[in-house]
Amino acid sequence: MAEEKLYTFIEPRKKFSFFSIKDFFRYKDLLYYMVLRDITVQYKQTILGLGWAILNPLFQIIIFSFIFGNLAGLKPDVANMPYPLFSTLAVIPWTYFSSSLSSACSSLITSSPIFTKVYFPRIIIPLTPVFSKLFDFLISMIILVGLMIYYQFYPGKNLVLVAWPLLIIIVTSAGLGFWLSALSLQYRDVRFALSFLLSVLLYAAPVAFPASLVKEKFGQQLYYWYAAYPMVGGIEGFRACFSSSSFPLEMVAISTITALLIFMSGLFYFKKLERYFADIA
Amino acid sequence: MVNNNEVTIKVNKLGKAYRINLKENRHQNFVNAVADILIRPLKNYQRISSFKNVSADSTGENIFWANRHISFEVYEGEVLGIIGKNGAGKTTLLKMLSRITDPTEGSIEIFGRVASLLEVGTGFNIELTGRENIFLNGTILGLSKKEIEERFDSIVEFSGIKKFLDTAVKKYSSGMKVRLAFAVAAHLEPDILIIDEVLAVGDAEFQKKCLGKMRDVTANEGRTVLFISHDMAAIKNLCTRAILLQEGSIVYEGLPGDVVDYYLNNNIAIRQNGADLLTRKRTRGDGRFIATGYSILDDKKRTIKITESGKNTIIAINYEVREAGPEPVVLLIIKNNLEQTVFTCLSRNSYHDVMKLKKAGTIYCEIPGLPLQPGEYSVDIILKYGYDFTDAVESAFTLTVEKGDFFGTGKINDDMVNGLFVYHRWRIE
Repeated sequence: MAEEKLYTFIEPRKKFSFFSIKDFFRYKDLLYYMVLRDITVQYKQTILGLGWAILNPLFQIIIFSFIFGNLAGLKPDVANMPYPLFSTLAVIPWTYFSSSLSSACSSLITSSPIFTKVYFPRIIIPLTPVFSKLFDFLISMIILVGLMIYYQFYPGKNLVLVAWPLLIIIVTSAGLGFWLSALSLQYRDVRFALSFLLSVLLYAAPVAFPASLVKEKFGQQLYYWYAAYPMVGGIEGFRACFSSSSFPLEMVAISTITALLIFMSGLFYFKKLERYFADIA
Repeated sequence: MVNNNEVTIKVNKLGKAYRINLKENRHQNFVNAVADILIRPLKNYQRISSFKNVSADSTGENIFWANRHISFEVYEGEVLGIIGKNGAGKTTLLKMLSRITDPTEGSIEIFGRVASLLEVGTGFNIELTGRENIFLNGTILGLSKKEIEERFDSIVEFSGIKKFLDTAVKKYSSGMKVRLAFAVAAHLEPDILIIDEVLAVGDAEFQKKCLGKMRDVTANEGRTVLFISHDMAAIKNLCTRAILLQEGSIVYEGLPGDVVDYYLNNNIAIRQNGADLLTRKRTRGDGRFIATGYSILDDKKRTIKITESGKNTIIAINYEVREAGPEPVVLLIIKNNLEQTVFTCLSRNSYHDVMKLKKAGTIYCEIPGLPLQPGEYSVDIILKYGYDFTDAVESAFTLTVEKGDFFGTGKINDDMVNGLFVYHRWRIE
């Protein structure tokens, strides 16, 4: 038996207890297996299996290309790229964002049978979809590679920065995931409001149009405020990594700050509410 | 009891309060009903938010203390049994000890790693294979990947499902699932093991294996076990000490045999409060259709105090319908003094029609040739509308059964074995 025994002191938590890194690391393997479970189970008993990770964004790209590329006649001059490629570069990270957010939102509700019976750091629950949906994201990159080959369009040197906008999106998903999961466990309304919220967020994000359009129409000042929506810097930054135009440094920097704010506040709220989870589940 | 071992759990004045829903006033007229729709969201918001505003100083009708003023210590190598009726606060106590829920007041000190088995198989995913579930379940219960790998062969062997290791768990029989789940749990090797009712599952042979494992854990490895069960025999056999919880507090503490006896005797004393059920504590139900009293009758409808084996016995339940509902159902559960169910009378199955009830009246349940062995039995009365509980009185009364001539052969012997009497015939050719 181990010489040094673990000592735990339990009392009513009055003050905010911050994220215990040590506790989290003791359970890092649990996060790994939860993510693995999500990935393994997701497409069980489907005909197309992983194909869905490609088909879902693909249909959206086709619709966007048809409506905005042809009918609305948007010509994304800043990006210097064909519209289908332009929308693909936004739809793929957007699909990751929205799917990880909706899973994270209901994550505490669906796993309440587990956390009302066993102790482990609850933060793992909303974090799981944030990681597991990355797998779908990687699979759907096949569309991007295919289109790039088709259009003979190859990324320039901006590509080295690709991790930055991706991290913004991941951190934002996690932060909003903390908020929404903790809120929806108490107020189940959140789950119903989410689909509405997601469509608002989708049309607000520069998915179908370039962010430069905002600058043209509303001016520089509002453009900076617009960048406070992390998905602006995330998507626009991601797109810029593949194009030859200059990297929108200011915008991505602003989005990074708000993404971190969302993450920290989400973590704070989640930790504050954590002690009630078993009682209100 | 002298104990030189080190203390592993120290519970100090522990308490846990919940805020519960109270019945709200309903709208009486149209205007109120419309107003109600408008202010309902605000009311809902306040109600839901209030659940998390519970502190030690909270007062009011809707504050319910599931546990209060609980202090005890557990030493290394002890097996502490925790007994008490449903709703006595056993599970809440264990949930606080296993860090699932926070206490409202008091504190707990724990020296060592805790594993709780509030339910075996927590986190099992039926789509995954047995192998994948061992890793998932193991990590949920607090093991690292490396620790599971080290114990993997032993877990597989203990579970006895080697052949199905790479089959999805949804193809398993329920017995196999339990085996696998318990095998993982049995290999946690914590310093403190918390078990709640696990032994109620699995077949007899597997239960024996689990009990053996539990004994090994405590005897050879000096671990501490907290064991909650309704199985009084298991408490007597396995525990070194026991505590009895009643309405959230410890009322008796000592050697398992003494505590079990105290519990059973005390429990019977509560049951003999009389034929009036209105003052009794309810465990469930919304009160629309309730039991107000009971009586035990013979087949000539004369009230009797004691019945006997083989005698036609009628259990009469006085009822009151406070609010009409569909398909009233009466369920009587007859339990022996070890709290095990002996038989049940469920009107849904045994009454030929849907019960039609008046505002108040009596429902008679006749048991021709009572098949019970001599002894004391407790009867739970449960009333429902369809599948919704309207009333539940646990251990509503005691049924005292004396020796009787069940078979009508005129022979009443002492060498009657346990179990129920069943009519049967012999033939010799």
